[in-house]
Amino acid sequence: MPEAILEVSGLVKHYPLTRGILFKKQIGAVKAVDGVDFHLGRGETLGIVGESGCGKSTVAKMLVNLEKPTAGTIKYYGEDITRLTGKALKAVRRNIQMVFQDPYTSLNPRMTVGDIIGEPYEIHPEVAPKGERRRRVQDLLDVVGLNPEYINRYPHQFSGGQRQRIGIARGLALRPEIIVADEPVSALDVSVQAQVINLMDRLQGEFDLSYVFIAHDLSIVRHISDRVGVMYLGRIVETGKDAEIYDHPTHPYTQALLSAVPVPDPEAREHRERIILTGDVPSPANIPSGCRFRTRCWKAQERCTLEVPLLAVPAEFRLTEGPAAHDSACHFAEEKQVVPPEEPPDDHGGGVK
Amino acid sequence: MLLEVRDLHVEFRTRDGVAKAVNGVTYSVDEGETLAVLGESGSGKSVTAQAVMGILDMPPGRITGGEILFRGKDLLKFKEDERRKVRGAEMAMIFQDALSSLNPVLSVGDQLGEMFTVHRGMSRKDARAKAIELMDRVRIPAAGDRVRDYPHQFSGGMRQRIMIAMALALEPALIIADEPTTALDVTVQAQVMDLLAELQRELDMGLILITHDLGVVADVADRIAVMYAGRIVESAPVHDIYKAPAHPYTKGLLESIPRLDQKGKELYAIKGLPPNLMRIPPGCAFNPRCPMAQDVCRTDVPPLFEVDEDRRSACFFWRETLDAGSGEGASAAGEPDA
Repeated sequence: MPEAILEVSGLVKHYPLTRGILFKKQIGAVKAVDGVDFHLGRGETLGIVGESGCGKSTVAKMLVNLEKPTAGTIKYYGEDITRLTGKALKAVRRNIQMVFQDPYTSLNPRMTVGDIIGEPYEIHPEVAPKGERRRRVQDLLDVVGLNPEYINRYPHQFSGGQRQRIGIARGLALRPEIIVADEPVSALDVSVQAQVINLMDRLQGEFDLSYVFIAHDLSIVRHISDRVGVMYLGRIVETGKDAEIYDHPTHPYTQALLSAVPVPDPEAREHRERIILTGDVPSPANIPSGCRFRTRCWKAQERCTLEVPLLAVPAEFRLTEGPAAHDSACHFAEEKQVVPPEEPPDDHGGGVK
Repeated sequence: MLLEVRDLHVEFRTRDGVAKAVNGVTYSVDEGETLAVLGESGSGKSVTAQAVMGILDMPPGRITGGEILFRGKDLLKFKEDERRKVRGAEMAMIFQDALSSLNPVLSVGDQLGEMFTVHRGMSRKDARAKAIELMDRVRIPAAGDRVRDYPHQFSGGMRQRIMIAMALALEPALIIADEPTTALDVTVQAQVMDLLAELQRELDMGLILITHDLGVVADVADRIAVMYAGRIVESAPVHDIYKAPAHPYTKGLLESIPRLDQKGKELYAIKGLPPNLMRIPPGCAFNPRCPMAQDVCRTDVPPLFEVDEDRRSACFFWRETLDAGSGEGASAAGEPDA
């Protein structure tokens, strides 16, 4: 495993629900993130997938310090950044930058592209002396595949894909080590999505970046990630290498999620089994006891109501080697192949087909 | 034939010039058939649908040519009050964003019931009973209690079910669904799509499914029409198009999506951007982005060539595209012929 550059443990974010105006009384909490652990290696891409409301964007915001965690630690090279303040915090923030989802609202319409990309240098003047900034911005434009002469244009003069490139250039301006990308392509057209994904892929090698890539589109996450974590209602329910998660999922939620992905191949539709979940995701203000997925799970039994399943290698796979032996928070984890395999399945298949 | 759109032209007059949104679209849907209209934003797929429904904003929009035949009668020649009788009763539409399409200050029961009081002259009490029946039909749990709830009290998936119920209310012969699941999460998307497909089979309706998602199309459509810059560039039965596309744009689209069952290296990306509708390139609108473009593509507009009996492609080089699609396989997507 590559050296861990970021280590997150027990990360929690609760937003209090209060009643009363003068005498505020807390009557509950929206548990947006409720105990998340993961680590990110140098040069690695960690994909986080989940449906809306699962807390993936809140995790992203906490990583770049736009939200303060309620509990838990985020360690950057072993140092807990949630406790830092002042200069020390500023230095760390320089190294963890963010690319936002919506390229239409995340760029200030009154600023030129040059000002937008150059603004990080105002906050961290040590990175580039004043005289050099314009040239740096032009270099960045070039790196992300835009014409450096566009430096004086405004965001509305660009298309969605080009704007997202501007967002990426801004993220790169301070030469960070980590980029947290929150749904960077979901607002773009299919033909343009591929361009931006390829760009991010290329930049990773060029600038030695580590990515935390957050998305709800499973196929894109698989394409770009080395490891994947699946989130449900504020927790990671399954995590592992991309092939472990996609070809050998053991958590029922991951299986349902994978089986629901529309595959652009009418032939595959006959081969695959579809798991259609009933109902909606419960409210994060009122999380079910025990396993939080049990209300929609077809395997749920009494034990699931009483006992919170831990995110660990399930007992039945602990002694085996092979792709099924990865962390999965389910009492009744079993392997199930949902996506038709590329090659004929190999013999460690114990799956229920 | 239930619906036939013939050579439809729509343009929008704006301050900056005339945007040609639809430039000669021809397609048809039969009873019980699902036609998927696939295209990116700005390809004219929604504008065509709005013209069919008669809900296009005019002005700035203007239908400058073509016919929309519904059961053989040209809807464009209808007066507004005749048109209104068709809309809702004979054809209905499901919109993308259920929250902004439903009235926030009326309960869902009132909105569903309105269909019956207005079109069928029912009493409010009967209309309410009908509304509950419809909500049951689209499987909203405890319909009897929830009929008094307002749209904001429902989740996204449930709201989309209400939209579907509303479209189905008068049992129309044709339903146009404009990106019905785009705003929903994957697991809910699957529920809603399944429901829609099932109801369509049950009632033997024609369904036009407008989407940008090739995956959704593969799951439910019988035929696909791919649109680009206001034209249909390829139309074919669903199996054919995925097996071997006959237009470079379709091919590019198929290759540019990462697939779960094919972890790729570099993704194929269509270079460039979709054209500005005020300045559509001469010749084939796709030529600046096309890897196969020749001189003829820059001067002549390709007609819809007949590839086979029920397959059309607007590319001078459809034969070459077709061959390349099945031949290579090494460079990109292709088909895993397992």
